[in-house]
Amino acid sequence: MDRTSDRGRLLTRRAALLGAGQLGLFGLLVGRMYYLQVVEAERYRVLAEENRINIRLLPPPRGPIVDRNGIKLAINRQNFRVLVVREDIVDLEATLGKLARIVPLSDYDRQRVLREVGRRRSFVPVPVRENLTWEEMARIQVNAHDLPGVLIDEGQTRHYEHGPAMAHLMGYVAAVSEEDLAAARGADPLLELPGFKIGKAGVEREFDLALRGKSGSKRVEVNARGREIRELEREEGEPGGQLALTLDINLQQFAADRLGQESASCVVMDIHSGEVLAMTSTPAFDPNAFTRGLSSQEWKALLDNPRAPLTPKAIAGQYAPGSTFKMVVALAALEAGVIKPEQTVWCPGHMTLGNARFHCWKRQGHGHVSLVQALAQSCDVYFYEVAKRTGIERIADMARRFGLGSAPDIVLRGVRGGLIPTKAWKQATLGEGWHQGETLIAGIGQGYVLATPLQLALMTARLANGGRRVDPVLTRQVMVDGHLAPRPVATPESLGVSRHSLNLVRQGMHEVVHGRRGTARGAALPEELGEMCGKTGTAQVRRITRAEREAGVTRNEDLPWERRDHALFVCYAPADKPRYAVAVVVEHGGGGSAVAAPIARDVMIETLRLDSAAPRRPEGDLKA
Amino acid sequence: MSEREFLRPRWRRGDMTIAEKLWQISWSYVLIIAVIAGIGVIMLYSAGNGSFDPWASRHAIRFAVGLGVMLTVALIDIRLILRYAYLLYAATLVLLVGVELMGHVGMGAQRWIDLGFFHLQPSEVMKIVLVLALARFFHGTDIEQVGRPTVLLVPLLMVAAPAVLVLRQPDLGTALMMVMGAGVIFFLAGVRLWKFGVVLAAALAALPLAWSLLLHDYQKNRVRTFLDPERDPLGAGYHIIQSKIALGSGGIWGKGFLAGTQSHLEFLPERQTDFIFTMLAEERGMIGGLVLLALYALVMVYGYLFALRSQHQFGRLVVLGVSTTFFLYVFINVAMVMGLIPVVGVPLPLISYGGTVMLSLMVGFGLILSVWVHRDVEMGRHG
Repeated sequence: MDRTSDRGRLLTRRAALLGAGQLGLFGLLVGRMYYLQVVEAERYRVLAEENRINIRLLPPPRGPIVDRNGIKLAINRQNFRVLVVREDIVDLEATLGKLARIVPLSDYDRQRVLREVGRRRSFVPVPVRENLTWEEMARIQVNAHDLPGVLIDEGQTRHYEHGPAMAHLMGYVAAVSEEDLAAARGADPLLELPGFKIGKAGVEREFDLALRGKSGSKRVEVNARGREIRELEREEGEPGGQLALTLDINLQQFAADRLGQESASCVVMDIHSGEVLAMTSTPAFDPNAFTRGLSSQEWKALLDNPRAPLTPKAIAGQYAPGSTFKMVVALAALEAGVIKPEQTVWCPGHMTLGNARFHCWKRQGHGHVSLVQALAQSCDVYFYEVAKRTGIERIADMARRFGLGSAPDIVLRGVRGGLIPTKAWKQATLGEGWHQGETLIAGIGQGYVLATPLQLALMTARLANGGRRVDPVLTRQVMVDGHLAPRPVATPESLGVSRHSLNLVRQGMHEVVHGRRGTARGAALPEELGEMCGKTGTAQVRRITRAEREAGVTRNEDLPWERRDHALFVCYAPADKPRYAVAVVVEHGGGGSAVAAPIARDVMIETLRLDSAAPRRPEGDLKA
Repeated sequence: MSEREFLRPRWRRGDMTIAEKLWQISWSYVLIIAVIAGIGVIMLYSAGNGSFDPWASRHAIRFAVGLGVMLTVALIDIRLILRYAYLLYAATLVLLVGVELMGHVGMGAQRWIDLGFFHLQPSEVMKIVLVLALARFFHGTDIEQVGRPTVLLVPLLMVAAPAVLVLRQPDLGTALMMVMGAGVIFFLAGVRLWKFGVVLAAALAALPLAWSLLLHDYQKNRVRTFLDPERDPLGAGYHIIQSKIALGSGGIWGKGFLAGTQSHLEFLPERQTDFIFTMLAEERGMIGGLVLLALYALVMVYGYLFALRSQHQFGRLVVLGVSTTFFLYVFINVAMVMGLIPVVGVPLPLISYGGTVMLSLMVGFGLILSVWVHRDVEMGRHG
């Protein structure tokens, strides 16, 4: 019993120690609570709010693009798409397999989905396929019970009405790339939004900022996995602005259809304002395919096509202008005073310079030709002689005044400037001196001389408007600080070419179409539309050897396509009160009068027809 | 002569009617326990986002069952408990071995046995049964025997066997709790303090070895993360950072019932089990946390009073041993959610959702009450 009570006393003592120890530890807990919940409370309150509240971007709808009459060219279309939500799916690959039996899925799509799912949080829906048909949607709905985690929603995709006809100008939108992100340097958070698309080419690209709009935002309460629980506050963004082009889509479509499958381009320009009413390049591609995403086969087919559907030939195709350059040579000579209009040159079919012989297209020669006759019949010998007298420098100066030799100031990328050679240019680039023979060749728009169809249209417009420096214009608005503003009215200055000289050249162009011996007599307009002035051009793309010339020049039709001549035609109408200029280039089309002129005539007819059909828009109506 | 004085001689013989026993039960103690469990039901209602489903209602039912078990145990003669202490210990040890063997087949870290209606975790039961076994051992030894190291070998083995098994599960928290709970009993039984020093020194010396041999990678990570939670803010450190944010943002008065943003928006992990204290402190603030700690302290105080009034060493050791286990649950859990110690999976008694812990705790409280009811019973070495 003694021992037991000893034991009891010891235990009591030690129990007291234990109690004190436990009390101390509880005190520690209380102290910690005080520290966290009183001393540091404010800091943790802020952290808790940061946890809870998230700011989400609201993408604005992209602005539409319309033609000069307000017809919609690029719109946002509702689009049904099928998505997967990772957190609701047990076996993603199996689900995709099941889905593939209902709607066609490419391997590429599958890989992309698997990749995206890995990158995003598990509740974020990842698009599997867009642009579902009604039938596909119905089939998914019917099988919905078998496909947990698969859902259908409605998004917006960019759609281009008149797809291929507008392709090169319009460009397209596509997903933001790493380079785009780097270039933006975090300026617009929209770019980081999954699935956001920006303009990648054409006006979609050039006016991207204005079309994109400003993002709105909403403050939402989220849970730990980032799922939205409720919306706290919302700030609406600003939808993208409506961009109006100067194009007339009906004319554009007409021109594209008229060019058909030729590798060709056509530009229609208002000669007073410089507004481009049509600018087509064929063959083209469907920009909707780019927005949807191209398969590698489709892409390869586009790249391998010898008619270069991806190249906007109207602005980037550089061709020897051939005889369409003769107006410039004539003006240079007249202004330099080296020829008199009534003075004639004898054309025996060729001209000899030193021991070289320069041929006229007409083997038997034109006989005595004056300026107007030379233009009307496109006599080469006349222009060899005139070019020889004028000299390359004065020709080049005149060419520049008419917009050749430098890229037109138009809001697109890839606009080429062609080439107007000078002695200095040749020395600098080829390191060789200039030969007089090269001046002769330049005099008929061959040799080094190159121009784009847009430049040819511009040249024609400046000829037709009385020698004023209009510039090509593609849009009715300009972008100022990321917003669209009406384009300020420009008053084109004079090119400093005398009216007398211009009238002579224009008379020559009139004779081309309406003269007895004009090279484009078949291109005359129907009587009620008035008269047209024009100039044919046939640009040689191969060298004709002496042997061939003696044996008889091979006809174009007998040559392989890529060695045939380019066919060109420039024109303006109506002759007495000009309003529109048209330039047509058909690659390897053969003769300008036979191939290009009829196309240009048809396009001009359509232009004038549409012009009289459409009510004239007052100037103040240009705002978006 | 009071009624008690009159009855005492008969009670010493352990000759009590059921009614007498029921009368002797400390109903205020039962009430405190019920209040704590009630707080548990309320917090689980909040954890279920304002719904009794899935946790609060089941917690209430389990507590009601536990209450019945507790009162039943309280009525069992303490001498009977003494007599079967070793047998219970042996049976629980067999279950632990069983879990260890099944664990290899199961999910790798299986800690429970499926009884059909209930998942029994032998390690939780062992915490209580170990107290009984050690109490019985030290009940039967006098101070001189306790002084002899060879005598201590037996109780040391009694601790080591389940502790190693539990550690292999792997469940570091439970193993440590067993060792600490047992240590307290050794201490109360009169083992000299320097011997604790020796064991502690040996343990510290063995620490590097244990670190590389016994601890799993995730356990090592937990310790590392504890030392520097910001080391991996989205991984292992995430839980403790979010728990501190929840606690701290609760402030003094809390954000209000059902209004804990951290808890309800799921930033807080395991809000129905290990981190439920955090949720209480977020919604009810420091005041709520203090009230709960005070209630727990009250349970402890009752334990000391019961122990000191017990006429037998077995009762004293059982009460203090069970109370200490209870204390360790509370302390480890609360210290863990506040970032004072590494993350270990220890629930908050009577509050956290979980069946076995609730049951073993209620059995423990039943034992404490049984000691109280039978405090005057005279007991030989073997009951």
